Parts: sequence; C-alpha cells; structure tokens
Amino acid sequence: MHVVVCVKQIPDPAVPGALNADHTLKREGKPILDESDSYGVEMALQLVDAAGGGEVTLISMAANGETAGLRTALAMGAAKAVLVSDPACAGSDALGTAKALAKAVERAGGVDLVLAATESSDGYTGTVPAQIAELLGWPALTFAKKVDIADGKVTIQRQTEAGYDTVQASLPALVSVTAGVVEPRYPSFKGIMAAKNKPVDICTAADLGLDGQVGWAGARQTITNVENAPARQAGEKFEDDGTGFEKVVGFLENLKVI
Amino acid sequence: MTLNNVWVYAEANGDKVTTATLEVITKAREIGTTVSAVYAGTSGDSVAAQVGEYGATTLYVINPGEGLPGQVAAAGIAQLVNEHSPDAVLFVQSYDGRDAMARTSVKLDRPVLTNGFTLTAADGLTFGTAIFGGMVMVDAKYADGGVALIGIRPKSFTAEPSGGGAASVVTVDGFDAGRAGEAKVLERFEEEQTGPKLEEAAVVVSGGRGIGASESYKPLVEELAKALKGAFGASRAIVDAGWVPYALQVGQTGKTVKPKVYIALGISGATQHLVGMKNSDNIIAVNKDGEAPIFGIADLGIVGDVNKVVPALIEAIKNKA
Repeated sequence: MHVVVCVKQIPDPAVPGALNADHTLKREGKPILDESDSYGVEMALQLVDAAGGGEVTLISMAANGETAGLRTALAMGAAKAVLVSDPACAGSDALGTAKALAKAVERAGGVDLVLAATESSDGYTGTVPAQIAELLGWPALTFAKKVDIADGKVTIQRQTEAGYDTVQASLPALVSVTAGVVEPRYPSFKGIMAAKNKPVDICTAADLGLDGQVGWAGARQTITNVENAPARQAGEKFEDDGTGFEKVVGFLENLKVI
Repeated sequence: MTLNNVWVYAEANGDKVTTATLEVITKAREIGTTVSAVYAGTSGDSVAAQVGEYGATTLYVINPGEGLPGQVAAAGIAQLVNEHSPDAVLFVQSYDGRDAMARTSVKLDRPVLTNGFTLTAADGLTFGTAIFGGMVMVDAKYADGGVALIGIRPKSFTAEPSGGGAASVVTVDGFDAGRAGEAKVLERFEEEQTGPKLEEAAVVVSGGRGIGASESYKPLVEELAKALKGAFGASRAIVDAGWVPYALQVGQTGKTVKPKVYIALGISGATQHLVGMKNSDNIIAVNKDGEAPIFGIADLGIVGDVNKVVPALIEAIKNKA
C-alpha cells in the first residue's frame, strides 16, 4: 500500500511571528515539522504496517527548498518525499497550495491513500485536504479520529458536534486526521541518520504545469489593513495561600453566576 | 454600498438550524439586499422556516443522500453560482462548512477567504481575520471581481431574527458530485451530552497541561463545569496528547467561545489558545506558574496548584447550592 502524507514546514510557533512588507508571513529561520502533521505521519506508518507492506511518501511545498521539517518526518520512518519548491510558491493561499500538493500526489504515483492534518498550525484554513481531494476527483473523509483500512475501503470515525459518524469510501481516497488520533513516535538515532540519505524529489511549479496558479498572484487577494488587536487588561492576581478558591467564589458571586 | 445577492450555506443538526448559521445570515442581511440560503439535508421545510425568520427569502435544498452533506453540497453550490452569480457565498467555519467551501473553491477555481471575524460592504466586500493568535487583525479583499467565498468563525456576529416568513424552497438537481459523494455515512453515534454546549454555555471551564494527567480532567474540569452548569473545553496541548477529543478544543485550531465566564485551569495561555477565548466577558485563570501569559488577560488570576484550588472551589460551590 502506498500512503502519501501532506506535511507542512512552519516557522517555530515558539518564536513570535512577523510579516513581510507585502504582508506575507516571514518564513525565515529553520522551519519545523508542523506538530499537527506528526499524527498523519504516524498513522500512515501504522496503516502500512497493518497492511503488511508498502511505503509512506511525504509531500510538501516550500518557497526555498527547505527540508529541515521533512527530515524529521523521514526520520520517523517515511521512505521518501516530493517537495514542490519554488520562489513562485511564496504567498500561496489554500487553493494554490492544494493545486501544488495534488500535482505532487500524482507525481508520487500509484497512491492508495492521502493523509493530511485537519489544518496547519500557522495558516489554519482547514480547507486544503478537501481541496486536494476535489482536484484529484477523490472522496474526502475529513476530521477522522480513527482510521481503518480493509478490502480496498477506508473507514473512519468522523468527529461531529454530537459525537462521531462512521464514514466509509473506496480507495483511493483522502483522509484528514485530528490531533491526538495516534501517539507520534520519536525518531530513533538510526532513523535520524537514515533520513539524511532518503530521497527528496524537488520539483518546481513549472515542472508541475502550475505557472501563475500558485503564490501571491494566484491568491487573488489584497490586504487592505493590518493592525494590532485591542489589548485586554490584566485584572487582579493572587498567590494561593489555601484560600484562593474563596477569591473565585467571591468573583462568581459578584457576577451572580452562583 | 451594499451587495445585491448574498448567499449562506446553512447547516442544521437534525431539523434545527445551527446558531452559527443564523449569526451569518444576520450579517448577510446587513451587507446584502437579498439573502438566500443553500442547505444539504432532508429537513428543507423546517430549515426554510428558520432561515426565513432571520431574513433569507429563498432556500435552495440539495439532497446529499448518504454522503457527507458539505462535500455533496459543493457540486450543487457551484452549479447554482454559475447560474445565478451571487456576490458572495458565506460559510460557517465548521466541520461540514469547511468541506463545502473547500470543494466549492476548487469547482469554481476561486480562492476562499477563511476564518473571518468581520465582514463589511461599505467600500467593497472586506473581510477581517486574525493572525498570530488573535494579536493582529488583517483586512483583505478580492483583487478581482467574481463571487466571494468566505468562511466565518462562529461567534463573530450576533444572531437577530428579522421576523421574516419562511423562505421559498427550491429543490436543486442535475448536478454531479462525482466521487465526492462516495464517502458514505454508515452510522451516527451521539455521545451522551450532559449540560450546555461549549459554544452556547454561559460558563466554560477548560483544562490544559497543568492539570497534570488525563485522569484529572474529569474530577477537576468536568466537575467544576457541572457545578457551575457550564460546559467543559480544553487547550490544544491536551487534545494533542489524546486526553480529550478534538471537539473540546478551544483556540485557533478549534472552537471560539465567548461565555460570560471563562475559567482556565492549568492553561499557560499560548496565543493559539487565546484567540479562541479572549473575547469572553470575564476570565478566571488558575495556574501554578505566576508568569504564565494567561494572567496577562485574566480578570482574576490565582497562582496556585489546580489540584488544591479546584477541589476546594467545587466543594464551596456545592455548599452554596
């Protein structure tokens, strides 16, 4: 079985974000694998194991040929990667990103299943997975909190407001997984060493026939204003000396909540 | 300046239209002369009455069969847009809403603007979103003409009825969802829900890493929520750790809540979390790290161990009742 996992390399969320002059996100410094994607990578590795064989291919997009985050996922056990890398990709919106990733799935070839996170931690549009499925003409099983594959079909438990739905489709299909769905493994030392030599197929937007469809131009938007949100003032703060709960009780009583 | 035709993708749980849908229809009424809704499901008549009460005059009804409603709806929406050329189609940033806007965007080859918090039509349709965990607000517009596809986060607007009559129902057919319709819902499981919903509760109690262990979630977070007749939520950290399901996550990648009182237990206050709750009327935080960013926005902060403060708090509230 051939499983593709969409992964995103994002600026370290622990470092405060900043914008470029054209209002796109500054992506300087060493990017990391979006933690949201580690669940998809782990799920893919487990599904391939359960199927008794096959491989996991990563697909990703970056403006500058960056592979630091990809190496983390390769170290977990993915076999190879396709990276769409091109300065023309800078500023891509969700649709442009989905176009690049859908082409990368086709380039990976013979794919049974595409896995993605429900949304990235930086852009968080939550639309890319279903857009990729639409571009490929595949079913999309979104917001999965459990995934099983048997007899050429994928069955998931789809998160809903009230509980979950059991949803099934034939392969090939796309599944987006929620965080916490599996426990991502830590890369072993051996895995980290092996990852350095795993193949990363780097291709450009032009290689994929996507001239003019990715990047800021493809996003067809203008930013008209950027400003800081109104700050909220801090109130009172108390060290708990065993009576801290009484402060909360008093506060709630004032609000007539209790 | 207002727009002529604004459409809303309407969602319902059973035959009850979601509050988030009604919030968006209310806003659509303000920015558009005529509001229509599109709905995929089997409760067309009931939905028509409810969306009509909030100002929609036409309801297009799509039969999703056994498919996921948002995914099948996209084919119908794309066909309708090509036929009627509305100025905008608004979606709720929900599970089904995201499916619908994503596939619609590809079918029409139009970008979709997501996670909207504001929407104005005074100077051309302008959409506002938040970045860096809600610290920075960004306004954007389409650079070209054509239909605007916009996703709106729940709780961005207030739902207010217009007193309109039922919307007239138009059944949509003749579209082909292709393999999008192949993802079939086999069974639905409704977990027993006690107490109010996260987005609708007057009091929300959320837990983070600082509660220490997954076993502590129920006795601390759920029990306090129960004592206050509120709902319980979580930070991303403990959802990622698998302690509680994604449906409970409050934050940027999760739900937006705006209760009268928000109580954060053992939550440090990463920007990812703040964007989902910082517009609560009152915020109480309990955390043993006095430097935690959550104290920067809390109206009342208790620097202490949640395992000591919360059981005493629950006991005190129960004694008052």
